[in-house]
Amino acid sequence: MGSLDLTLIWAGIIGFAVMAYVVLDGFDLGIGILFATLAVGDERDRAMNSIAPVWDGNETWLVMGGGGLLAVFPLAYAIILPATYPLIIAMLLGLIFRGVAFEFRWRHPRHRPLWDFAFSLGSLVAAFAQGVTLGAILQGIRVENNAYAGGWLDWLSPFSMLTGVAVVIGYALLGATWLIWKTEGSNQSHARRAAFWLGIGTLVALAAVSAATPFLSYDYWRRWFAMPGVLLTAQVPVLVVICAATFFWSLRASSERLPFLMALALFLLSFVGLGISIYPYAVPRTVTIWDAAAPPQGQIFLLVGTLIIIPLILAYTSWAYWVFRGKAGGTGYH
Amino acid sequence: MLLEILDPVILARAQFAFTLSIHFIFPAFSIGLASYLMVLEGLWLATDRDVYANLFRYWLKIFAMVFGMGVVSGIVMSYQFGTNWSVFSTRAGPIIGPLMAYEVLTAFFLEAGFLGVMLFGMTKVGKGLHFFATCMVALGTLISATWIIAVNSWMQTPAGYAINADGQFVPAGSWLPIIFTASFPYRLVHTVIAAYLTTALAVGGVGAWHLLRDRTNPGARKMFSMAMWMAAIVTPIQILAGDAHGLNTLEHQPAKVLAMEGDFEPSPNGAPLVLFGLPSNEAARVRYAWSVPHIGSLILKHDPYAPLQGLKDFPQDQWPPVAIVFWSFRIMVGLALAMFGLGLWSLLARLRGKLFDWDWLHRAAVLMGPAGFVAVIAGWVTTEVGRQPFTIYGLMRTADSHSPLAAPAVAASLVAFILVYFAVFGAGTYYLLRLMSKPPEPEEKEPVRVPPRATGVTPAAGVTSTSWRRSERHG
Ligand code: HDD
Ligand code: HEM
Ligand code: HEM
Repeated sequence: MGSLDLTLIWAGIIGFAVMAYVVLDGFDLGIGILFATLAVGDERDRAMNSIAPVWDGNETWLVMGGGGLLAVFPLAYAIILPATYPLIIAMLLGLIFRGVAFEFRWRHPRHRPLWDFAFSLGSLVAAFAQGVTLGAILQGIRVENNAYAGGWLDWLSPFSMLTGVAVVIGYALLGATWLIWKTEGSNQSHARRAAFWLGIGTLVALAAVSAATPFLSYDYWRRWFAMPGVLLTAQVPVLVVICAATFFWSLRASSERLPFLMALALFLLSFVGLGISIYPYAVPRTVTIWDAAAPPQGQIFLLVGTLIIIPLILAYTSWAYWVFRGKAGGTGYH
Repeated sequence: MLLEILDPVILARAQFAFTLSIHFIFPAFSIGLASYLMVLEGLWLATDRDVYANLFRYWLKIFAMVFGMGVVSGIVMSYQFGTNWSVFSTRAGPIIGPLMAYEVLTAFFLEAGFLGVMLFGMTKVGKGLHFFATCMVALGTLISATWIIAVNSWMQTPAGYAINADGQFVPAGSWLPIIFTASFPYRLVHTVIAAYLTTALAVGGVGAWHLLRDRTNPGARKMFSMAMWMAAIVTPIQILAGDAHGLNTLEHQPAKVLAMEGDFEPSPNGAPLVLFGLPSNEAARVRYAWSVPHIGSLILKHDPYAPLQGLKDFPQDQWPPVAIVFWSFRIMVGLALAMFGLGLWSLLARLRGKLFDWDWLHRAAVLMGPAGFVAVIAGWVTTEVGRQPFTIYGLMRTADSHSPLAAPAVAASLVAFILVYFAVFGAGTYYLLRLMSKPPEPEEKEPVRVPPRATGVTPAAGVTSTSWRRSERHG
């Protein structure tokens, strides 16, 4: 019983880390996705500077998600990564280009267009790969004898392409609303226009993915539509509608922060929706979180530290955000 | 032949070795540089001398690039355990996973959280708080080294584990024996010193380069002097640490040390020291060996007549690839001797009051600038290849550790990694060399102090950035 509770707690913590990663690096990657549409010069520099001091911390949640999975659900880690191998490699390579561009673009004026391009393309590839990975996990992974038993292109399907596109649009929305918050003038009005269309795109993508998911398996269907659960699950779409309405209203009302907060809320709700679909599986429909869990000694050992350290991390990370509050400047320390 | 090359295990090993070797170049530099920056900023706060502030800003830009490259290549590593070594991950995850997760919690977040303030916060927080951020970044790099070396040392000298019904390695009880394994203290000390030494040589090489052009540049003089103290003092310590490490390895992984030494035959009356030669696993001997009698036992046992085992005392399927280990070890030790020589030379120059005047000393220091990186990689190759054919020494073979992946997938990703790494880190190296080729500003003024702004727009970053940027325009 004790270990059962622990496993649940750990599923919650890993879910939290993944969620933190998605929204935090989501707006970084989103700015990368939008980068090519920004005017060369000041507009790009300011967009870059609005995330330069924080992107590294944001990306660390990805390492936490992966590292946590290895530590607490090693079986899930060892099944999902080989199953999505080309996607993970593409994501890692994309993140490399995106990450080095922050420094490299300042190092040589004539090379700047090259690294700006690397920044956009890297962000786009990483975001798309993450979205496809999500789809691949949702649609199911072939497992035999506790190991991945499929080919190296099993993840490729219309559904996973759809989730890939959805994540790209959603991240771009987060990026645009972040720019509304952190920039002004032409940057901001540009971001506001983009956010309007991206908001529509995100809702369409959300609707498409939500409509397709229940058809992937009867299990998902039952989870969403069977009584009495439907009384609970029906709240999610209702809240989505409320958030979406607030989002468009806040755009028109020229609010600076509310669009970002509403975009975050949409991501949170989608995440809750995913949780409803997937629970209690670590690898949908084959390996539950209890099957995948590491023995309790490790879970306890790590939990003690996590419960103490995560609040500390949140504290000093918030402090760093606070230091860099206000609108982003056009130049860095370079 | 083609099939052998396309063996997924070989490909996965090549990929791991390639990405990890490139990755480690960056931490070796950023561990050292972070501490160096901390020292520079501390000295600046304590003495208020401009030269420290200038050096701090000079190396901060380089640090930012090195750190960035370390981050992106490191994220690759954290996912490679799952992509390429999934069987290993399933079985060893319950042990190494929590250690690496603690690394993320205690080190990576700390570094990343304070890095933004360290790089961009000069004008946004007070001096003391900025120094605190620098210290936290430096501390983070050291904590990170501690955890990852605990992981690696557990794989080299596993302890404190039990094997459960699923064949997984799980903690037998306390975590302490898992973290503090027999080789951990040796490996940690040897690696952290190696990072400091690598940084000292790189800093010294840059200082010497600028001294050759302008002996009066105060920044170049200061960094050269600091680096040469470091080389003179720390190299002998590193050699002693390496010797102790070797004795420890002889106790726990004798086959590895015998491979480093090229000792195939047992030597009941004392082992010779094989200086050079061509070891061969198939022939089970060292061809064209040049050896000195009894010195091998003198080094490894501190007694010239002490008997020593040979590789032939072990089953041949437990031998590491001897030639690689033999040669990488010689590269590391040879470079250590060269560093030792450089340190002595600098002491002599200092004694004669000519530290900034001997061109040949400066040329030698420039030549030795990259030596630390080579030694560090050679050291890891010795350690890791010497552990073969096991991933968990004596318990789990490398051949049983890899993922169920088709060779073409691994081959394609290996090629992609090689192309991307050469393009990206090649460009990064070029930019680093460009930054280093600019002399430290002799007269650079303090950045204009602007009080931390509240909200809204201030041109603060714009104003100060001119002084940050100046050295770039001069170049
Ligand atoms: C490049 C290499 C380098 C690195 C990575 C470090 N140092 Fe160092 N430090 C030196 C290079 C140096 C030096 C060569 O050895 C100095 C500089 C001035 C001098 O004359 O010796 C020195 C001096 C020096 C001093 C005396 C300052 C003075 O009187 O001028 C202190 C207190 C430290 N160091 C402490 C540290 C600590 C605690 C470090 C890391 C944790 C560290 N150093 C890393
Ligand atoms: C940062 C320093 C490290 C460096 C430079 C390094 C270097 C290497 C090298 C060169 C190899 C290739 C050996 C061969 O294929 O013959 C290798 C293999 C390997 N290393 Fe390390 N290593 C480091 C740290 C680690 C750590 C911390 C771990 C574990 C947590 C680790 C786990 C492995 C594994 C699983 C292999 C498997 C591939 C193989 O054995 O061939 N290494 N490493
Ligand atoms: C005469 C001098 C040296 C000796 C006798 C020595 C000895 C050793 C030995 C025996 C190992 C392998 C330990 C094992 O796998 O169990 C090792 C590894 C290593 N060496 Fe050295 N070393 C020397 C100098 C250096 C220098 C100058 C550097 C770098 C600047 C360096 C960096 C490393 C690194 C990074 C490793 C891998 C990590 C580890 O296992 O500690 N070594 N060294």
